Amino acid sequence: MTLTKADIAKKIADDCGFMKGEATEIVEKLLDIIKARLINGEDVMISGFGKWTVKGKHSRRGRNPQTGEELILDARRVVTWKYSPVLKKAVNTSLGK
Amino acid sequence: MNKSDLIVALAKEADLTQRKSEEIVNLVFDTMASALVSGDRIEIRGFGSLMVKKYGAYTGRNPKSGTRIEVEEKKLPFFKTGKELRERVQQAGR
Repeated sequence: MTLTKADIAKKIADDCGFMKGEATEIVEKLLDIIKARLINGEDVMISGFGKWTVKGKHSRRGRNPQTGEELILDARRVVTWKYSPVLKKAVNTSLGK
Repeated sequence: MNKSDLIVALAKEADLTQRKSEEIVNLVFDTMASALVSGDRIEIRGFGSLMVKKYGAYTGRNPKSGTRIEVEEKKLPFFKTGKELRERVQQAGR
C-alpha cells in the first residue's frame, strides 16, 4: 500500500475534527513550509523522524551514457534525507529485535 | 528548521492555535512513520517519496583491523526527492 497526501489529510480530518477540504489545505501548507526552507538552502530536522539537508555539488565532467559524449555538469544543489535513529529502530522492530 | 519552528510556522500560515498546530505536525509525522513501520511506501507528489529497503545478513569486516563481523539483517528508510522540489532546489543554487 502507498500512503499519499490525501491519506494524510483524511487522518487529520478524522482525528483533529477538520473538514476534508480544510485538512487538505493544512497538509499543503505544511509541505510548502518545508519545501520553502529547503529551497532557501536550510536544513529541516524533525526529531524522531529524520532530517532533510541541502547539499551543494561541485560542477564536474560527465558523460552521456548513451552517446559517450563528454559534457560539463553544472554545480547544483540536492536534497538528502537521513532517518532518525528512533525511526530506524521502529522499522526494525518487525524483525523481532 | 526543527519541529518546534515548523509548528510555529504552520500555526501562522494556517491560522491555527499552537496546540492544534502541534497536534497536526505530530500526527502527520506519526502517520508517516507508522506507514514505514508497516512496510508501506509514502508518495507525496511534488515533495518526494519514502520507502524502506531491506538488507539481508552478511559478513562484514572492520576496515581498520580486518576482523570479521556478522552483520544482521536490517531495514532502512530512504527518501527520494520529488521532481518539483528537486528542480526548485537545483535552480535556487545557481
